Amino acid sequence: MSSRAVTTRSEATARPAGTPPGRLDHGVRQRTRRSRVVTSMLAQGEPLMWLTGGGLVLCCVMIVGLLGLVFYEGFRTFWPQPVESFELVDGQTYWGEVSRSEEFSPEPSLLENLDPAAAEAARAEMAEHEGELRRHLVRTGNFDLTSEHFNWVSDYELVDGQPTRPEWAIVIERLSWGRFYGQPVAFLEDGDVVVEGADAVWDRYRAEHPVVRDRYDRMRHLETHAMARLNHRVEQARLERRQAELDHGLDSPEWRAADAAARQVEEETAQQFADLTDEIEALRAENARQAMRLETATGQTAEISLGEIVRAYPANQVSTWDKISLYASRWSEFLTDEPREANSEGGVYPAIFGTVVMTLIMSLLVVPFGVLAALYLREYAKAGTMVSAVRISINNLAGVPSIVFGVFGLGFFSYIIGGAMDQAFFAAKLPSPTYGTGGLLWASLTLALLTLPVVIVATEEALAAVPNSMREGSYACGASKWQTIQRIVLPRAMPGIMTGTILAMARGAGEVAPLMLVGAVKLAPELPIDGIPPFIHPERSFMHLGFHIYDLGFQSQNSEAAKPMVFTTTLLLILIITGLNLAAIWLRTRLRRKFVANQF
Amino acid sequence: MSQQKETSMEQPAMRAEAGGQGHAAAAGKGESRLEAIAAGATIEADIHPELRAEDAVLEIQDFNLWYGDKQALYDIAMPVPRGKVTALIGPSGCGKSTLLRSVNRLNDLIDSVRIEGDMLLNGDSIYGRSVDVIELRRRMGMVFQKSNPFPMSIFENVVYPLRIDGEGNRNVLKEVCERSLKGSALWEEVQDRLGDSALGMSGGQQQRLCIARAIAAEPEVLLMDEPCSALDPIATSKIEELITDLRGEYSILIVTHNMQQASRVSDYTAFMYLGRLIEYGPTAEIFTNPHLKETEDYITGRFG
Ligand SMILES: Nc1ncnc2c1ncn2[C@@H]1O[C@H](COP(=O)(O)OP(=O)(O)OP(=O)(O)O)[C@@H](O)[C@H]1O
Ligand SMILES: [Mg+2]
Repeated sequence: MSSRAVTTRSEATARPAGTPPGRLDHGVRQRTRRSRVVTSMLAQGEPLMWLTGGGLVLCCVMIVGLLGLVFYEGFRTFWPQPVESFELVDGQTYWGEVSRSEEFSPEPSLLENLDPAAAEAARAEMAEHEGELRRHLVRTGNFDLTSEHFNWVSDYELVDGQPTRPEWAIVIERLSWGRFYGQPVAFLEDGDVVVEGADAVWDRYRAEHPVVRDRYDRMRHLETHAMARLNHRVEQARLERRQAELDHGLDSPEWRAADAAARQVEEETAQQFADLTDEIEALRAENARQAMRLETATGQTAEISLGEIVRAYPANQVSTWDKISLYASRWSEFLTDEPREANSEGGVYPAIFGTVVMTLIMSLLVVPFGVLAALYLREYAKAGTMVSAVRISINNLAGVPSIVFGVFGLGFFSYIIGGAMDQAFFAAKLPSPTYGTGGLLWASLTLALLTLPVVIVATEEALAAVPNSMREGSYACGASKWQTIQRIVLPRAMPGIMTGTILAMARGAGEVAPLMLVGAVKLAPELPIDGIPPFIHPERSFMHLGFHIYDLGFQSQNSEAAKPMVFTTTLLLILIITGLNLAAIWLRTRLRRKFVANQF
Repeated sequence: MSQQKETSMEQPAMRAEAGGQGHAAAAGKGESRLEAIAAGATIEADIHPELRAEDAVLEIQDFNLWYGDKQALYDIAMPVPRGKVTALIGPSGCGKSTLLRSVNRLNDLIDSVRIEGDMLLNGDSIYGRSVDVIELRRRMGMVFQKSNPFPMSIFENVVYPLRIDGEGNRNVLKEVCERSLKGSALWEEVQDRLGDSALGMSGGQQQRLCIARAIAAEPEVLLMDEPCSALDPIATSKIEELITDLRGEYSILIVTHNMQQASRVSDYTAFMYLGRLIEYGPTAEIFTNPHLKETEDYITGRFG
């Protein structure tokens, strides 16, 4: 094909000068006609329209595809799946939820090692499906018994070629060891069987479990809140003693007073600690009294105490309504509870809290600074090389990789400023750092620095858009410069400033890399705002949804089980950022309606 | 840039020449005077004797102004009579706005501006060393060519000069607002919606709002720079009526391109050309019987 094209072209160029005029004319006419077509196409803009339109469509498809995937996977995670029973020709039986199915091309060696019946089935399936076999990834759970969370099952291995759905297969979500799949056999109290038969056991379980859950919640409350308060008291007394030692020296009268006070507190709290521990132990023992005995697919039995069970349901019997309520209960656990099982189960409430609080503090820090800087640049500074240099630097700051800000935050805020603060105000706690390590405040400050250029640039543009005639009008009324800025320029520029804030918030809330260095952690024992004075603890490390996603996706022991949670958490992060932005946009619209109505 | 300005400055002069040729007999003197100005010579302004008898609220004394290297005002010396309306007329670019903005020192905001000479407001120097510019501006009101209401409510717009002065008494503010809006003939239209945004008003209403704002602090001089140029005839006539009403109470210095307007509303008229004051006298005389040929040519539309 190409070689023929080449010869034609060489023929054309090699045509001798004395070509008949008719052919030449023809060529010229053709060329003009063709060029006319091209110009008219360009004039109407058709190819360019297709080019630009195509670009837009491509962008839209990518965005819609991304959002679609996240929404589909994110919303699907909590929907209860049926439990299927896979009976294999080699005698194995698996119960579990199918987490995904796929086609694969088997290695030839795979068939050779199979037993004859299965190999036959496999060959038949391959003949039918263009050499491909179908297999399922089954979440089989029962990790404590089998040491596996998931198993691959291929269609050709099945005894009947089809999985079945056992009526009394129950899914149990536990506090530890992941899910359990099995069939209820007996209900035990203090180790004695009180009820037998799947039906009866299930009914009994349904009656007892809510009470057990209430007890569990009470226990958690005591463990976290009451214990923490006591610990705080003791710690406070110890710190005071240490401070007295640092200020006045060991064995000084001040120290002796503080020491006596600390001993007093320790004595008082020792009793309370003992009472608390007793109460918690009593609750735990009460919860351990009742248990359910279950039989797994392979015939093993296991006893699971009711206190261990978070949620259980007979997956193949539940009605649509039950499924919806299960779905809702899983979502509410996800949104309001703390994580369990290395973050792959339970909720993300601390991460939601951390994300929102950090974003708000960041906005509170970045907006005033950004606006002040932009005001100086636009209203006060005399235009010149200096101002241009500053402006260029600010724009370049926006392009610095965010991890660089993380390193800066760690080095400057945590180590230098935080270290100095620890020396000055929290010496009693040293060597364990208070502000001298990553924390909410430093993370917010680092992100504020990161988003500062966005706010400055947006504010400068908003200020530039305020008509000079308004400023002159104000000056003509006898206003000073600051009065003009405060009463005329800033209100008029406020919607633009809000736009900058929105952009900064969106950028800051989604940032992860710098947070890993300055305070976001996998699991934070305490929230940065709680009931213990001084109520707000900006020095505490915190959880963040973005970091949580990274942790789930790449650091999880049970990554296959964590995968759906990655999507759900991503979905949540997107929704939260959207929510924050909508709030800011709503605020901006209100401001705009107030200040800039239609003119003429 | 500078070249462009030069040509635009020469153009009127050339046209004046062409106009002059039409009246060969009488044109001799006028032609030479405009040519002399274009060439940069200093000429004496013709100020009618009636003005000497008036009590001046504002006294401009040999005022020169430069934008960078370019001189925009040359030796302007003129009194502005108290309680009268004084109109400034002249071809575009002759420095009317510059002169007006010099009175309340708005030109201070432009870095390149340099001035010589002084003005006296009721005997007080405007450009003296120790003058507090903000205090000075509070003694004057200014209305701009393009209305510039502030992004706030109608009420707040009107009382803005008092607010920045620190006046917080609600009753005083209300009283001033009503008086000013009545003074600018806007009260009837907006008395029910004083809390609405000023930006939602019509263009004519906005301009009258700006006038209300300008008179709210009872200024000693009211400066108006083509206040009607962006308005329809009805709004224009309203504002003209307003100016007529304000006469006597306020001393008004108004720039206008509209000869009819100048003759309708003003007591005195000053004709400027290329940064110089040419002729200044009672409006009736300037329009019917000017001393100078150039003034007549400009007013009758033969140039400019
Ligand atoms: N900010 C400025 N910088 C430099 N030159 C200026 C500036 N403002 C005005 N000028 C120049 O000063 C001269 C007088 O301008 P001015 O605005 O006073 O004219 P004007 O008489 O008001 O004209 P118009 O009737 O068109 O409003 C013009 O040549 C103009 O180019
Ligand atoms: Mg002007």
